[in-house]
Amino acid sequence: MVEVAFFAGAIGALGGAIAVVGLRNPFYSVLALIIHLTALAGLFLLLYAQFVTAAQVVIYAGGVMVLYVFVAAYVGGVEEPAWEPIPGQRILAPLLAGALFIEISIAVLGSSLSGLGSEGPELPLGFGTPADIGQILLERFLIVFEAASILLLLAAVGAVVLAGRKPGDGETTGAVSAAGVMGFTPDRGETAPAESGEAG
Amino acid sequence: MSATTWGWLVILLPLLGSITIGLGFRALPERAAGLIGVGAVGLAFACSVAMLISLLGDPAESRHHASSLWDYANAGGLDIQLGIYVDPLSVFMALVVSGVSALIHIYSYSYMQSDRGYRRFFSFLNFFVFSMLLLVLAGNFVLLIVGWAFVGFTSYALISFWYRRETATKAGMKAFVINVVGDIGLVLAAFLIFRELGVFNYEEVFAAAPHHFTTNDGTIVAICCLLLIGAFAKSAQIPFHTWLPDAMEGPTPVSALIHAATMVTAGVYLIARAHPLFELAPTAADISAVVGAVTLIIAGTIAIVVTDLKRIIAYSTLSQVGYMIMGVSIGAYSAGMFHLMTHAFFKSLLFMAAGSIIAAMANEQNIDKISGFRRAMPFTGACLVIGSLALSGFPSTSGFFSKDEILSFATARGGWYTAFGVAGYVGALLTGIYSFRLVFRVLGGEPNDEAKELMDTGHVVHGEPRNPATGQAEDTEVGYPGAEHHIAEQAPGMKIAMGALAVLALFGGIVQIPGLDDLVTKFLEPTFADSVIVPADTTGHEWFGLAIGGVVAFAGIGIAYFLYIARPGTAPALEKRFQGIHDFLFHKWYFDEAIDFLIYRPTIAIGSFANRVFERIVVDGVVNGATDVVRSAGGVVKAAQSGFVRAYALLLFAGFAGLALYFLIVSS
Amino acid sequence: MAVEWYLVLSALLFAVGAGGVLVRRSLLVILLCLEIMLNAGNLALVAFSRMHGNADGQIFAIVVMVVAACEVVVGLGLIVAIFRRKLPLNVDDLRGLKG
Repeated sequence: MVEVAFFAGAIGALGGAIAVVGLRNPFYSVLALIIHLTALAGLFLLLYAQFVTAAQVVIYAGGVMVLYVFVAAYVGGVEEPAWEPIPGQRILAPLLAGALFIEISIAVLGSSLSGLGSEGPELPLGFGTPADIGQILLERFLIVFEAASILLLLAAVGAVVLAGRKPGDGETTGAVSAAGVMGFTPDRGETAPAESGEAG
Repeated sequence: MSATTWGWLVILLPLLGSITIGLGFRALPERAAGLIGVGAVGLAFACSVAMLISLLGDPAESRHHASSLWDYANAGGLDIQLGIYVDPLSVFMALVVSGVSALIHIYSYSYMQSDRGYRRFFSFLNFFVFSMLLLVLAGNFVLLIVGWAFVGFTSYALISFWYRRETATKAGMKAFVINVVGDIGLVLAAFLIFRELGVFNYEEVFAAAPHHFTTNDGTIVAICCLLLIGAFAKSAQIPFHTWLPDAMEGPTPVSALIHAATMVTAGVYLIARAHPLFELAPTAADISAVVGAVTLIIAGTIAIVVTDLKRIIAYSTLSQVGYMIMGVSIGAYSAGMFHLMTHAFFKSLLFMAAGSIIAAMANEQNIDKISGFRRAMPFTGACLVIGSLALSGFPSTSGFFSKDEILSFATARGGWYTAFGVAGYVGALLTGIYSFRLVFRVLGGEPNDEAKELMDTGHVVHGEPRNPATGQAEDTEVGYPGAEHHIAEQAPGMKIAMGALAVLALFGGIVQIPGLDDLVTKFLEPTFADSVIVPADTTGHEWFGLAIGGVVAFAGIGIAYFLYIARPGTAPALEKRFQGIHDFLFHKWYFDEAIDFLIYRPTIAIGSFANRVFERIVVDGVVNGATDVVRSAGGVVKAAQSGFVRAYALLLFAGFAGLALYFLIVSS
Repeated sequence: MAVEWYLVLSALLFAVGAGGVLVRRSLLVILLCLEIMLNAGNLALVAFSRMHGNADGQIFAIVVMVVAACEVVVGLGLIVAIFRRKLPLNVDDLRGLKG
C-alpha cells in the first residue's frame, strides 16, 4: 500500500517537474508546478511529516503559486526562439543534469549511511505533528524562527519597493530605476523599445 | 680686496650681464642690451686688471691662491669644490680673454645693429665670456669641465646664431658633436685622475702626481692622451679640426672672439695648466707636439688655395693654434702663452677687418669677387695689412716676437725637436704667402663694383640677402642677418675696437723682447717653476731665430707679391699646372670625406640596423609580444563573460558536478 | 519504502530542475525550475529526518520554504519591474553582465 502511494506521488512529482521544463506556455508550467507541489506534499505525508505537508500545501501550493499565477497572467507569454545563442548549451545541459543525478545518487547510495535499506527507526508518537514541530521550533530553534520572520519582512518590503510606483510618474517607477541600476539593458536592438517614451 | 675676490667678480660680471639681457630682452631697447653687454665685459676686464695688481702685490713664490665658494660634492671620498685658482697663468688668460672680449663687444655693438637677434647675441656673447673665464679660473678639473662644456654650448649657440640658415645650424651641430667627443676625453681623464690620486683640485693633483707616477707610466700617458683628445677637439687640431672652417657660418664677431682669441686657445691653456702631468708623460707631450706641427703645415697648405675670405683666416687660426700647441707641448710654456696673446690681437683684428669687407660686399665672401678696396676702405685696409704683417711675423710686430720664440725654443732644445723648428719655419713661409695673398687680392687690383660704389657714393652696397655659401635667397627677419651692413669707416664702435687691436698687434711684442725684458716669462714663472724642461741659455738662439723668422716672413710676403701683384696671371697658371694638388688642397685634404666614410656612415648604419632589426623586431617583439600574450589571455577570459546568465549557470553546475566527482573519487 | 528511494527521487528532481534552469529562456519558467530544485532539497531533508528519527530536518525544510517564499517574492517583483520597463523577459536578451 505504501509503495503504491509512493509511486503515485513520485510519478506525480516527476511528471510535474518534467512538464514544467517541457511545456511552452508558462501558464501551463505554473499549473504543472502546482501538481508537482501537491505530489510532494503527499510524499511528505508518507514520511511522517504532517506539519510540513500542511505547510507545503497551504504556503507553497496555496500562497506562492498564487503569486506565480498572478504574475504569469500579468506578464503573459514569452516567445522563446528556437535558435540557441549559446553554443553547446542544448547538449551540455541534459548531460550535466544527468551527471548531477548520477553523482548525487552514487553519493547517497554509496555512502555507508546506516538506515539505508530500511525505513528508519521506530518513531515516537507525535513525530512530525504540529505540536512536536512547534515545540522544537520555539525551544531549540527560536533564533532561526525569528531570523526567518525578519527575512520575510525584508522580502515583503523589498517587493514593495521593487514593484511600487513613485507619485507623479507614469510608468517610470522606482522599479525602473532599480532595474536600470541592475544593468538590465537590452542587448539586441530589435526587442528593446526606446526608453525616452518612458522618461517621466 | 684679495685677488680671489676679484677673480670671482671677473667670473660673475659677465654672467650677470648675460642673465640680465637674457631675461629682460623684451623690455630692453637694443642699445641698452648692447651697453649692458659691453659694460659687463669691460668691468670684468677692469676686475682682471685689479686681480693682476693684487697678485703682483704678493711675493713671487706665493702667487697662487685658491678660493672656494661652497662644497659642490663632499661625500664618499669625493671632494669637489666650487672653487677658483688665481695664479699667474689664470690671471694672464683672464686678462687676454676679458680684454679682447671687451674690444669685440664694442665692435659688435656697431656691427650687429639692425640684426633682429641683437639682444640674444649679446646675451650669448656675455655667457660665452663667463664660460671662458670660468674655464681659465677654475681651480679643479670638475669646474674646468663645467666651463669647457659651457664654452662648447655657447659656441654652438653662436655659430647657429642665424638659425634659419641651414648651413649655419649644420655647422653648429658639427662643432658641438666634435666638441662633445673632446669632452668625453676630458671627462675620462678626470675620472682617471680621481681614481689614481683621489683629488680633483689643481694644487693637490700637481703636488701628488710626481710621487704617484713614474715617468711614462701607462696610466699617466693615458690620462694625458685623454686630456689631449679634449684639447684637440676644442682647439681644432687634426683630426678634430673639421668644425672650425664650418664655424665661419657664425657672425664675424663670433669668429673673432671664439674661433680666434678664446675658445680655440682653451686646449693650449689646458696643456699649459696640466704641464706637470705632461712632463711626467713625455710620450703624450711628444704626440701633442707632432699633432700641432702637422696641423700647422696642413692648415697652411689649405689656406693658400681656399677662396672664402673667412675660411682663409680660419685655416690661419688652425695653423697658429698648431704653433701654440706645439709650443706648450715641447716645454715653451711662456712662449706659447705669449703667442696666444699676440695671436688674439692680430687674429681678432683680421676677422674684424674681414667683417668690414664682407659688409661692404653685401655678405659676399668669395675673394674671387673682391678686389681693389684699398681706396674705398682705407681704415679697414690698413687694419688688414697690420694684422697680416703681425700674422706673418714681420719684424717688430708682435707676431714676430711670439712665433719665433717658440721656434727658437724648439731648436735650442735640440735633438729631434729641431724638426719642429723646421716645420715651424715652413709654416711661417706658408703663413706669409696666404696672408698676403688675402691682402693683395682684396686690396690690390682694380676696384670691383662694390668698391667703386663705396668710393663714389659713400654708400654701402645692398644686395639681395643671400646665403654666402650656397647662394640661396634669404630674408632679413629674425634668424637671418640684419638688413643693414656696417663697415668700419662708418661705425664708431668698429673703429675703436679695430684701432685698439691694431695698436696692440703692432706694439704688443714689446713686453717680451728676448734678452731685453722677458716680462711675460717673468710673470708666468711662478706657475711654470716646476717645469723640468729648461734648455740651455736661449738668448743667442732667440736672436738667431728672430733673424731667420724675419727672412722667412719677407720671403713669404715676396712670393705673394710676385704671384698676385707683379705677375697677376701666375696663380691661375700654377693652379692649372698642378690641378691635382690644387684639388686635393681645395678639398681640405679630404678630411671631411674621410670622417664621413670612417665614422659617420658606420654609425648611421649601426643606428639604422639597431632601429630596423633590433628595436622593431627584438625589443618591440618582446614588449608587444608580452602585451599580445596578456591581451589574448584576456580575450579568452573575456569570451567567457558573454552576459548569458544561462551560460554562467551552466558553468556553475559544471563546476559543482566536477567537484562532486572529485569528492566521490577521493572518498572511494 | 526504504529511505533511499526518496533520496534518489530527490536527486532526480534536482537534476530535472537544474536542466530546466539551463535550458529554458523565459524568466518565469526559470524561477519555476528553481522551485523544483528547492523542493527536491526539501524532500531529501524530510527523508533524512525520517531516517534519523530527528525532527530537525523538518524544521530545516520549513525554513527552506520560508526562504523560497522570500526569494519568489523578490524574483517576481523583478519580473514585474522588467516587464513594466518594457524590457524583454527573455533571459538571453538581458546581457548586462557582458564583458
